[in-house]
Amino acid sequence: MISLAGRDILHAWGKFIFTGMGLGLLIGVTLSMAGIYRGMVDDAEVLLDNSGADLWVVQQGTLGPYAESSSLYDDSYRGILGMAGVADAANITYLTMQVRRSNETASADVRAMVVGITPDAPGHPGQPGFLVAGRHITRSHYEAVADIATGFALGDRIRIRRNEYDVVGLTRRMVSSGGDPMIFIPLKDAQEAQFLKDNDAILRQRARTAQNRELNRPGVPGLLDAVITSQSTNPYVNAVLVQIEPGANPDAVAEPIRRWKRLGVHTKAGMREILVAKLIATSARQIAMFLVILAVVSAAIVAFIIYTLTMGKIREIAVLKLIGTRNRTIAAMILQQAVGLGLIGFVVGKIAATFWAPVFPKYVLLEPGDAMRGFVIVVVICVLASLVAIRAALKVDPAEAIGG
Amino acid sequence: MDSDSGDKWSRKAPITDQRMDLKQSLGGIHIEGLKKRYGQGDTAVDALKDVHMSVGPGEVVGLVGPSGSGKSTLLKCLGAIIEPSAGRMTLGRDLIYDGGWRISDLRALRRDKIGFVFQAPYLIPFLDVTDNVALLPMLAGKPNSAAREQAMALLQALDVAHRAKAMPSQLSGGEQQRVAIARGLVNRPPVILADEPTAPLDSERALAVIRILNQMARQFDTAIIVVTHDEKIIPTFKRIYHIRDGVTYEEAGEGRGFD
Repeated sequence: MISLAGRDILHAWGKFIFTGMGLGLLIGVTLSMAGIYRGMVDDAEVLLDNSGADLWVVQQGTLGPYAESSSLYDDSYRGILGMAGVADAANITYLTMQVRRSNETASADVRAMVVGITPDAPGHPGQPGFLVAGRHITRSHYEAVADIATGFALGDRIRIRRNEYDVVGLTRRMVSSGGDPMIFIPLKDAQEAQFLKDNDAILRQRARTAQNRELNRPGVPGLLDAVITSQSTNPYVNAVLVQIEPGANPDAVAEPIRRWKRLGVHTKAGMREILVAKLIATSARQIAMFLVILAVVSAAIVAFIIYTLTMGKIREIAVLKLIGTRNRTIAAMILQQAVGLGLIGFVVGKIAATFWAPVFPKYVLLEPGDAMRGFVIVVVICVLASLVAIRAALKVDPAEAIGG
Repeated sequence: MDSDSGDKWSRKAPITDQRMDLKQSLGGIHIEGLKKRYGQGDTAVDALKDVHMSVGPGEVVGLVGPSGSGKSTLLKCLGAIIEPSAGRMTLGRDLIYDGGWRISDLRALRRDKIGFVFQAPYLIPFLDVTDNVALLPMLAGKPNSAAREQAMALLQALDVAHRAKAMPSQLSGGEQQRVAIARGLVNRPPVILADEPTAPLDSERALAVIRILNQMARQFDTAIIVVTHDEKIIPTFKRIYHIRDGVTYEEAGEGRGFD
């Protein structure tokens, strides 16, 4: 038996291809939405993996530097280094801001997460894992390692708040949980950038401090200078990244730090939970809603197209029924056409999504598993969408071929 | 108007079971006292009141009547598309209706025992000429190659084999109608129901179609009933059934031009 659906598609291939392409673009958008969600999760995973930490020590009662504001004294790490099971610990600060080349206007800036690290060898907590060009930060001031997604190149001078930095190294896929590329600078500079005010504000603050009789006592020389000095320095960091000794249990290492240092500690699993389940949960639900809407719209479009195509063949269907074609043959024809349309749409959608994914400003991760699930969903949607047309076709009276 | 009136219309006399059995043994299609009622009670309409018809193998008869006379209803009953309300009907050598369908698979009956030729050819637009004709044997379970061979033989007989690979949209009206006739004949049905097959054609092509139907009826021993309004072709029938208000009357036709 010949394939009626196949012959119809070949006969009206232009109509099917163009309809399939339209549907494919919609499927491409759907696959891209799934890819955006996967990209967000992957960004979170990358952030955790690239930090090189097993534990995040943060301000007590907070969810850590990625989810909430957290500050602790920058000498906390010394005590932590002495705790059982801790192999290494390092301070870190995070500050999301607009960064630009020093000779460019503000309109040319890029959004980046500025990470303050203690200059050290690769492999230590917080250090960028590998570079695609240049070298790591070796000086305590005014050097930067930037992710290539910032658009900066080796030798560029960039401005962060009041200081300028030379880009000495480039990384790849070092991003924040929001997908912003990272720029690493020395910790001291980052602490200044995070807390230091502008000159006018400093002047006003000094004047206000000097007017305070409690802090400016004539009988206590040096008090005012000491207070002003303390106001001009920043002894805080956002977190201490901790590497534990091989074989150590992260929870067992974390518990004494919580208890004796009165600090919050998150393990890698806990931090992943915070990033994936809390930080991007709203975005994930938003994307899920889009996916549901796109699936419904796709189903409606396929149903409408197949129904219209079928209604255009009512007379032929009546003739087919009259000359003895079984209902299942007619149903199979419509079903195969719907699935054929879905296949064309899926192929076009997959190709379109693959081509336009790199153009997105944030990472879009198209996973083969999502493509397979998408394919199954497209087929299911096409089958369901064809039911309306099949029902209409089976209701066609063969007598319509005779008329009268 | 009945047989006693001396009018040219002669009312077909009811035939006995014995005569019916005799006709049945000959093949063709034979109808006795067929009735069709639509609706029930006060709203009931008797579309067919008393239809008698007998068309032997190799015979082509005309069925004519004004609009609303019951032609389409009769065609649908003959084509096993709707169920009559009463009467008896034999097709080929099979009793197919006797107060109820005697055959359970009407779809297969239509496919294997009845050929249809419509006012418009209604060819399947996405199948070429060969597959339009071969589709029926394929539906009956014949292998594609055998069905296509069968179709080609008929296309040759109808002189359209040279368009075997053409799509219906590439054919002229006459060629399309010949392909439609080939489709109606391809399963060698004992009866073909032709519903105004010449309506869209000019005189020359209309007569050509009737000539082909006569040839095919003789060649394949098929009974052909041609429903028509076409004055040009009515004189070509040897026998004509007139239908009025759901009752058939038989008339001897002129049978002009096809002996």
